Amino acid sequence: MEKSTYDAIVIGSGISGGLAAKELTEKGLKTLMLERGRNVEHIKGYVNANKHPWEIPHRGSKTQQMIEDHPVLKRDYTLNESNLDFWVNEKESPYVEIKPFDWFRGYQVGGRSLIWGRQSYRWSDYDFEANAKDGVAVDWPIRYQDLAPWYSYVEKFAGISGSRDGLPQLPDGEYMPPMEMNCVEKEVAARIKANYKNRHMIIGRTANITVPHHNRVNCQYRNKCWLGCPFGSYFSTQSASLPAAVATGNLTLRPFSIVTKILYDKDTKRAKGVEVLDAETNKTYEYYAKVIFLNASTLNSAWVLMNSATDVWPEGLGSSSGELGHNLMDHHFRAGAHGDVEGYEDKYVYGRRANGIYVPRFRNLFGDKRDYIRGFGYQGSAGRSGWSRDIPEMSIGADFKDALTEPGAWTMGLGAFGETLPYHDNRAYLDKTKKDKWGLPVLAIDASIRDNEQKMRIDMMQDAQDMLEKAGLKNVKTYNNGYNMGGGIHEMGTARMGKDPKTSVLNKHNQVWDAPNVYVTDGACMTSAACQNPSLTYMALTARAVDHAVGEMKKQNI
Amino acid sequence: MNRRDAIARVALLMGGTVVGAEYFLSGCSSPTQEKEGKQASAPTAPKELVNQDQIRLLDEVGETILPATQTPGAKEAKVGSFMAMMVRDCYTPEEQEVFTAGIKQLDKDCKKQHGKDFLACTPQQRTAFLTALDKEQKDFTEHRRADDPSQYFRMMKQLTLLGYFTSEVGATKALRYVPVPGRYDGCVPYKKGDKAWATT
Repeated sequence: MEKSTYDAIVIGSGISGGLAAKELTEKGLKTLMLERGRNVEHIKGYVNANKHPWEIPHRGSKTQQMIEDHPVLKRDYTLNESNLDFWVNEKESPYVEIKPFDWFRGYQVGGRSLIWGRQSYRWSDYDFEANAKDGVAVDWPIRYQDLAPWYSYVEKFAGISGSRDGLPQLPDGEYMPPMEMNCVEKEVAARIKANYKNRHMIIGRTANITVPHHNRVNCQYRNKCWLGCPFGSYFSTQSASLPAAVATGNLTLRPFSIVTKILYDKDTKRAKGVEVLDAETNKTYEYYAKVIFLNASTLNSAWVLMNSATDVWPEGLGSSSGELGHNLMDHHFRAGAHGDVEGYEDKYVYGRRANGIYVPRFRNLFGDKRDYIRGFGYQGSAGRSGWSRDIPEMSIGADFKDALTEPGAWTMGLGAFGETLPYHDNRAYLDKTKKDKWGLPVLAIDASIRDNEQKMRIDMMQDAQDMLEKAGLKNVKTYNNGYNMGGGIHEMGTARMGKDPKTSVLNKHNQVWDAPNVYVTDGACMTSAACQNPSLTYMALTARAVDHAVGEMKKQNI
Repeated sequence: MNRRDAIARVALLMGGTVVGAEYFLSGCSSPTQEKEGKQASAPTAPKELVNQDQIRLLDEVGETILPATQTPGAKEAKVGSFMAMMVRDCYTPEEQEVFTAGIKQLDKDCKKQHGKDFLACTPQQRTAFLTALDKEQKDFTEHRRADDPSQYFRMMKQLTLLGYFTSEVGATKALRYVPVPGRYDGCVPYKKGDKAWATT
């Protein structure tokens, strides 16, 4: 007979869920981690990680069958035959797009921690104070100092490599030795520094370890992270959180477990457990615990809440504020500039760096004021072009071939990630007319960027062009390749934190106001989006919330 | 490809001058028409569109584009069967039509110009013929509408490059391939003649 009562239940096994399970189990709580998808074993489950390029039949290309099977994933680079099994089966799990919304999901143990971009930046008080200063949405209930020790704590566990740059808008953390810029990036960084007071180009801060750490091997510079890393060099549930949680002896992991609702007890005003639909057998189970961590990813965490306690609140647990499902955010991107670098023909690189450069936000800071609010950061890299380049003066034959076997000229590109504001009417809600493979209602998503983001996109192009030109690049061109909400794969909002139960779903400790033993610590909790990659902040909030939950349990408050 | 690479390579995509960027960057094809709601066809053995004789022809076309020099040529990388597989699995029906008609057109035009089949031509004749065809392809590409399929020789050239440089002989002999570099050095000396890395 399967045990049905635990101290804690974690819904979801991705970046924040895996970390919640690690923290809870290390604090001695018997913990059940539920994952809707299949299990993926560390190393063994990374089926293409050690293949050579020629062992991938279409060399990573999209086949017509893949395009047909993945109507959403096909929209971007995300659809690739070499890690197809780390993405959701879209036919089994549809959703409704009121406006185009790219929802790129990973339904397996580890979630998107297996395929994330690994860029790991702290937020600053410029971000936590922004809503209050701008009079947008609601104020964050926390400030940087509330989170700073927890950033340090999770950085030390996850292993983040990076440089300490002393920038107030991007606080320094606990870093392993940084990866190196290549020679062109170094010169561009120096020229940007010489030309601008408040613009800096730094090496990316990434969750790839550069020295051995907790039985994990340092990065081997293969740049194949998205296939799963056999060296465990990047932070994922499998490489880091799960082994730590398993080592405590307190973890039970149950794959193929779709949480259909949180079971709410009207009398105690607490959650008492969860209902699970077994994705393989279609059987329903109930599991009970004193505390529940909801980490199903921004949109699915909202979905779970919307399906819970509907006898008390028709729109679901946490809906009393009217904000559940609302304020959906992302980072808008696919705009920037690129250009050609002259010289450096006698320089090249060795190894494939799983990281790029970063230009922290500089707009609307330090006295700068634009016709939009907030800002953006750039990611990018310089490199020598390869065999896929055009050589206009050549056609075919031996000389053409020999030319392509040598590296081409250096180029450099900068692509921006911009902050999106929390608009109340950017939202997701249940569409009960449409069902997934298991007969469950699906989400309808209705979200778009607005005037503030569109104005920002002009600077996202223009500023990149200016910087690259000042850095001496030639033939600099801007691009704006268009953007659907969700495409940044940084979904945030839908159950925001706040100071007032009337205007927010969660309090300052990530507890659902209406059920204080339910903590939501994934992207759903975010009150604003900033422009930094958000996962590190979810991790810090998660560790902080677990610490709070365990304290509350000791005090018998939950 | 990961997102950072995708962002960095937007440079190539937007330049629009890269041979086959649309293929090299994002895979085979991005259909312009949405196919949502279309039922998945039952899995059946895919229909071969290119026969063995045509694969031999494509091997020689590939070899003329990327001939054996100090390093093996495209034929040794079996680009003929690679092209056949890519056209079968990755091309849209419209692109498949252009490609398969192109194979026939190639031999017809060759006969017209040189009085014999492509396979019967000398290496010099083959090179002259495909050089002219490449010019035709470049002119066509310059004037084509964004939604039109590529000219067939552009497809053959793209697939030859992709198939060759990602093959074992291409990656390890024409280029340098290190599966596990173990370290990163952002500034190493390069001298003309040193080979490019096979993967980035």
